Parts: sequence; structure tokens; C-alpha cells
Amino acid sequence: MGQVEIITANTAAAFAAKLCRVQVISAYPITPQTPVTEELAEMVESGALQAEYITVESEHSALASVVAASQVGARVFTATSANGLLYMHEMLHWAAGSRVPIVMACVNRGVGAPWTILNDQQDTISQRDTGWLQIYCRNSQEVLDTIIQGFRLAEQIQIPVMVCYDGFVLSHASTPVDVPSQDEVDRFLPRFLDRSGINGGTPMNVNPLILSDPRLGPDDKLMPGYMEFRFMLQRDILNSLQIIESVDREFSDVFGRSWGGSLWKYKMEDADHAIVSMGSLASECTIAADMLRDRGVKVGVVGVRVYRPFPASQISEYLSHLKTVTFFEKDVSYGFHGAVAMDAKAALYESASRPSVSSYVVGLGGRDVRPEQLAEATINCIGGSTGHHWLDVRN
Amino acid sequence: MESRQSYEIIWHGRGGQGAVTAAKMFTEAAYYAGFKGVSAKPAYFSERRGAPVSVHTRVSVEPVRTFANVLFPDIAVVLDDNLLEMVNVTSNLKTGGLIVVNSAQTAYDLGLEGQYSVAISDAYRCSQEAGLIIEGNVLVSTSILGPLVASTDLVGTEDIRKAIEKKFKGKSIERNLKAFELAHDRTIIVDIKRRVAVAKG
Repeated sequence: MGQVEIITANTAAAFAAKLCRVQVISAYPITPQTPVTEELAEMVESGALQAEYITVESEHSALASVVAASQVGARVFTATSANGLLYMHEMLHWAAGSRVPIVMACVNRGVGAPWTILNDQQDTISQRDTGWLQIYCRNSQEVLDTIIQGFRLAEQIQIPVMVCYDGFVLSHASTPVDVPSQDEVDRFLPRFLDRSGINGGTPMNVNPLILSDPRLGPDDKLMPGYMEFRFMLQRDILNSLQIIESVDREFSDVFGRSWGGSLWKYKMEDADHAIVSMGSLASECTIAADMLRDRGVKVGVVGVRVYRPFPASQISEYLSHLKTVTFFEKDVSYGFHGAVAMDAKAALYESASRPSVSSYVVGLGGRDVRPEQLAEATINCIGGSTGHHWLDVRN
Repeated sequence: MESRQSYEIIWHGRGGQGAVTAAKMFTEAAYYAGFKGVSAKPAYFSERRGAPVSVHTRVSVEPVRTFANVLFPDIAVVLDDNLLEMVNVTSNLKTGGLIVVNSAQTAYDLGLEGQYSVAISDAYRCSQEAGLIIEGNVLVSTSILGPLVASTDLVGTEDIRKAIEKKFKGKSIERNLKAFELAHDRTIIVDIKRRVAVAKG
């Protein structure tokens, strides 16, 4: 049986890594992720966690270290934020291309310049196309649970997973979290099996230079070309949508909590209108939906939990029959719209019917977002104001 | 205060003074008291020691789904009465709300008059008497809970005791409990509305 503790999302993330019996941790401290590294370092130092903690001089080296450790068969964990994540950029591609099952906590923070240490989701969204799975959490319980799910998922599909949660809003806020027992986690997440073969004494050349066309390997077997490797990554990421659902179901069987797989719904059964959002902002949107329902407007919320792979057909199924959809997100693709709105609209293109859509960029760099503001913007969309907007930009 | 489903509290202190510790212990006690939803969110980020900081907390019968800042608190808790001159802690306080202050002065001396109640205790002195001093710093993060518990019915003394026992170890538990109890018992509660009526009479 688990025990409820009043802890921050950062502590929940550190507890989760420990419960997953990670063997190698390498991380470089950056606000607001720092407490994750501190708490894990303490656990390793005290012997509470049997793991190697590699201190490094940068985030680039942190990720390089865990890529290497993962390649020789260790279960590995790291965490970062904002500019630290961007400094990892090259190694993010390298990790996904190497097909190593890393789980990384990304504590969402706005990107400098100008410097901010406060929350938005531009950091992880800007790393969208690196070949990692991206899961966004709405509260600290989901952070703990998703890291545990993340290892199951990453190790099954051999693709790294980012578990994203909002800096300060969640990372430094203390709330009740049910911390499962080691027995429960062991039941759900078996000990890591080294699939690399490297420790078995087989000499191999990892990630050699590869040509555009398939060619014969040293064992006379035809080796895939670069494009085939990329195709396999894309195929396996798309197929992981099913696995995300089954991992969440199996998690629910052991722990009694389900997070909805790739999407979750709030009061959508009879809804005419939807609000779509990600992370803690999506939780905030449920309050806005309640306010609008009190005014007699049938509004529900669709929370995007998994952003990559994008659950396109499910999004289309949930949204296509509605009158309006309002998107709120803490990121923007400069020169166009918010990332979630763009992808969801693309997903709706195939549908026979489509809702009116408006999309809002909100809460950048820690700007407070209030449910009343979300409710008002949603009413404007319902009233016919479509297009792309920024909420609460002041003169 | 009337009994409701959820309450919002803002804690005002100085960086390093223990506002986060106090807020966390209170939310933990509130969880023990049966509130399923509790949250404590620091509203400061890279401020230095000594700068005014605040912590936003919610205690709710249902799990908390909002993470927005608390704009209109039911209760304001002030760990340092000097802050009253720097931060307008009562401007957004709900009508009929409560302000809890660590002070050796009276509500009148502090200029606290409005449509809210005031609970004052000399938490600093109580902590001193209880021996809650580390490297010359008097710690008020548990003693400030004294006047808060004495003036509300959100949590009981037993809930605070559990939170203190979880947070501290060894002799420190006794010192913190003593500081809390002293500050609790020496709380002076002033219902400003009644005071105004008396003044008129």
C-alpha cells in the first residue's frame, strides 16, 4: 500500500526515479529542476538508492552520460529545464536515434533571452522534433505515476521519454501525492533487462557512419540505410500510441489510478464546446469549464497528455462534432500559432465536420493564468471570435 | 468565519524566515484534518534572504485543480510585522476575513482596522522562550501557526502536532511543539467589527 505525502512535483519525480530502481543518474542543476538533482544525490549518498550519480559540467554531458550508460544496459534517469534542455539538443537526437530507453523529467520553464526562471512550455515544445515521446502532466501525482509508466513504455519500445511538468506551478507546490510501495512498483516495472548485448562480450560498432542505401554488414546481412532507421523510429513512435494506452491500463490495475492514456476528458459527454490544453493549464481549464457550465454553457475539457506521438485520430474523434474548440497553450511557433492548436487543426482536416476554432497563447514566462480569463476567452470563441490570440498581453 | 468548502491563505514573510515551512506544515495538518485538497505554492523565485516573499495556499474539501495565484485570500498570515509597512496585506483580504500577525504590538498600534478580524501573538518571543534559535536566528515557522489555529477551526492542535512530528526529529519536536503551544495560548483575537461597534457606543 502506498502512503500519502504532501510533497512537490520535484520530490515526486525523485521518489519515482528511486522507486524505479534507476541505476545511473546524471544531471546538471538548473532552476526549477534543481531539487530533483539534490534529492536524488542525497539518496545515492545515503545509500537509500543503489545507483551511480555522475556529476558533469553541462547538460550536454549529462545526457551523453546516460545515453552511454543506457547503451551498456543500465536503467537511467536525468532531469532538466529550459536552456539546459536546449543545451542537450544535439544529444536529444542522438538518444532517440540510438533507441535508448531514457526517462527524463523536463521541468517546464520559459527560455531566455530575456532570462526568466518561470514557467511556460516553450522549452520542450521547441524539442518536439527530436524523436522523443513527450508526456505532459497535470498534477504532481501524475508526475510520479508517469515516470513509472515512462520506464515501462521506454523500455518496451526502446525510445526515450520526456515527462514534462510545469516549473514552480507544480515543481515547487506542495500537494498530496500517494507514494506507492516498492513492492507495487516492482510488480509493475520488472528489473531492467540489458538488451544491448554489449556486456555479453559481443564486440560491436555502435552508431557507425551509415550510407543512404542499405548495404551488407560484417555478418553478410543487409543493414538498413539511414532512411530505414528514421522510418523505423517514426513507425515505432506512431505505434506507441497503442502501447501508451495499454501501459496506462496495466498501471491502473496495479495502482488504481489511470491518467487517460494519451488524452483525457472532463465533462465532455454532453459538451457542445471544448477547451483543449496541456499540463497544469489543462487542469486550470476544468475550473473554467465548471464556471461556464454554471452559466448554462455546455463546455468540457480535452487534456492532451501525450503530445508526441500526437493522438491525431482520437483528437479528431473527440472534437470534430463540436460547435467550437478553444485552445490554450504556453508555447508558440513564432510566425504561426501555438503548437497544439496547429497539430489538432491538422488532425481535424480529414473530418467531414469541423468545429470553429480559436487558439490562445497564455501564461508565458510565469504570467498568472486565472480560470475567469480562460472562461471569458472561451465565451468569445463560442460567440464567433476565431483565430489566433494572445491572452493578457499588457500595454 | 463561516464554514465553507475551500479556503485560500496567503503567507507573508521574509526570504529565509520560514514562510514556506509554516505553510507546508499547515497544509499538511489540514490534510490530516480531512481536507483532501491542499496546496502550498511559493510565490517567490530568486529573491534574496530578507526580501519580502509570499506563499499561496489552498485547503479544500475536494482535491485542488487550480494552480493560479491566490488573489483574494480568506486569511493573510504575516510572519514579520515590519512587513505591514511594506506590503498591503489587507487590500485584497475578503470581507469578514482574518489577518494573523506575529507581533508584540496590538492591532490598534499596527493600524489594523477594517472589515476583518485580527489574531495577534508574539510568535517571535514564544519561539525564543521555547529555545527555537539556530545560529542566532529565532525560528517562527511553527509558532506562527499558534495564532492561526487559535483563531480558526480549520485544523486542530493534534493535526499540528502530527505535522511537527513528521517535519522535525528528536528534541527539536518538543521545542517546536512548545513554541506552537505558547503562541497559541497567548493569542489575542480582535473582531474588528465588534470593536467598531464598541467604539461607536
